[in-house]
Amino acid sequence: MTYLTLAFAWLNDPLNWSGPDGVVALTVEHLTMSLLAVLLAAAVALPIGIGLGHSGRAARVGTATLMTTNVSRALPTFALLTIFASTGIGFGDRPTVLAAAVFALPVVLATAYSGIRGVDVDVRDAARGMGMSGRRILVQVEVPLAGPMIAAGLRTAAVQVVATIPLAALVGGGGLGRIVVEGFGTQQYGQVIAGGALVAALCLVVEGVLAVGQRVLTPRAVRSLHAA
Amino acid sequence: MTTSGATEPVIEFQAVRKEYPDGTVAVGSLDLEVRPHELLALVGPSGCGKSTTLRMVNRLIEPTSGRVLLTGEDVATADPVALRRRIGYVIQHVGLFPHRTVSQNVATVPQLLGWDRRRTRERVGELLELVGLEPSTYARRYPHELSGGERQRVGVARALATDPPVLLMDEPFGAVDPEGRRRLQTEFRRIQQDLGTAVMLVTHDIDEAVHLGDRVAVFSAGGVVEQLDAPVTLLSRPANETVAAFIGTGRAVRLLGLGRLRLEDLGPLGDGGPGTAPTRGSAQTDPAVAGSIELGATLDETLSALAAAGRDRVDVTRSGTLVGHVTAAGLLAALHRLSDGDLTVDTGR
Repeated sequence: MTYLTLAFAWLNDPLNWSGPDGVVALTVEHLTMSLLAVLLAAAVALPIGIGLGHSGRAARVGTATLMTTNVSRALPTFALLTIFASTGIGFGDRPTVLAAAVFALPVVLATAYSGIRGVDVDVRDAARGMGMSGRRILVQVEVPLAGPMIAAGLRTAAVQVVATIPLAALVGGGGLGRIVVEGFGTQQYGQVIAGGALVAALCLVVEGVLAVGQRVLTPRAVRSLHAA
Repeated sequence: MTTSGATEPVIEFQAVRKEYPDGTVAVGSLDLEVRPHELLALVGPSGCGKSTTLRMVNRLIEPTSGRVLLTGEDVATADPVALRRRIGYVIQHVGLFPHRTVSQNVATVPQLLGWDRRRTRERVGELLELVGLEPSTYARRYPHELSGGERQRVGVARALATDPPVLLMDEPFGAVDPEGRRRLQTEFRRIQQDLGTAVMLVTHDIDEAVHLGDRVAVFSAGGVVEQLDAPVTLLSRPANETVAAFIGTGRAVRLLGLGRLRLEDLGPLGDGGPGTAPTRGSAQTDPAVAGSIELGATLDETLSALAAAGRDRVDVTRSGTLVGHVTAAGLLAALHRLSDGDLTVDTGR
């Protein structure tokens, strides 16, 4: 039997789907961790990216910050995970969520920054010239116009995080990675492939759901800009 | 609207200087005033400091020294955000909010000032009609659904929303196609005269400046005012070589657009010979169709009528009554009258 058939067999076994270690439970766990990681990344990256984009004077600081965060992506997430695990943060889900958040941070920051910077200078000039305060320009003009780009950044980050969270299993954490790691441990490579396929499928579902969600939530005004 | 004395300038620059940290002097030492209800055009080559000057009025740029007064009050002492809400502002690319409808865009400043919904809506309707955009058609459109000229109209409506005493315009018609530009200019001039808003308008286009301005200030590098005069004076008597060179050739042709046909320019034709000072009549009659023109028509309309007539003279009427005729020689004489016979200072280019 090929590994692919074995993978199918594994996926078709109802026992593998139920219970505390079943696919359903692991998926829920996987998504919860992913959500936490993305929220964490957004909580840090959005204010910085939007703030830097908003203050025109900080253009150089902005570029420098972008470069630093981009370079940080060269740092392997697995290395980061191991470092975290060996410190006070410990093993399990927590270091994984942190490492995935660090991994997602540059994307969110870069898109937020360039989204805000990309707002037409004339629009910004007119807003200022008509007597909008800086904060009002940010809330009523810059963020709505940068919205689609910020959302795209969050989507990309979310998919990357879902694909990264399986590393948790290597440091004793949960999520769909456990299926893969367990398969390796027991040399059941069909199960390894099944686990991999599940993660890939989850990525696609997440991307699809977020894309639809974004479309539904985008105000008609902003949406019409991109249709034009 | 602030009521100020008839003679008090609406905007006044007192020894204003703007020097950038890198040592560039955009404006050296500027004294300039905009009088109530007038349209002052600042014209000059790019980089001459005219936009900087404009932007110092609403504090988008802060002067290095000197004072800018708005209806007698030093703008430096005002809160910049509150100050800008009192001043209309129109820029070349309009800067409409692309995510807001035409009516939401026009309602920007009323909203900032906290007007109630009904008052805002009524005002928006008025303004759209004022600038020639039918509210029922345009109010709910988005900027990207408009032509360049329509966007510019919305920009003007937005700037006039609270009937500000002063309007700042930076190359407001620069992004509109040439054909639409002239029509927009004429319409805008009418609106401005109706409302009595004082306007400071920046342009690099001398034609636009003399067409729109009550007075025109010609700038050269460093915010130096080379000449500040009424358009006819500027064209007929440039103060110096710099101004003459900037205006370039075709001064006589430009004067044609500014001068109007008077009784003294006409050849006699029976009754109604030259007499009392003529009133400025309207030039509504289409010369090509009517074969005659109305007294008070612009000289370029007279020239067109002469060219279209197919003979050496065109009849001139006043309120439908024939008052004389004009010939090519008469037209030339009118041109000389405007410029006191002095059209010789041309640059020769």
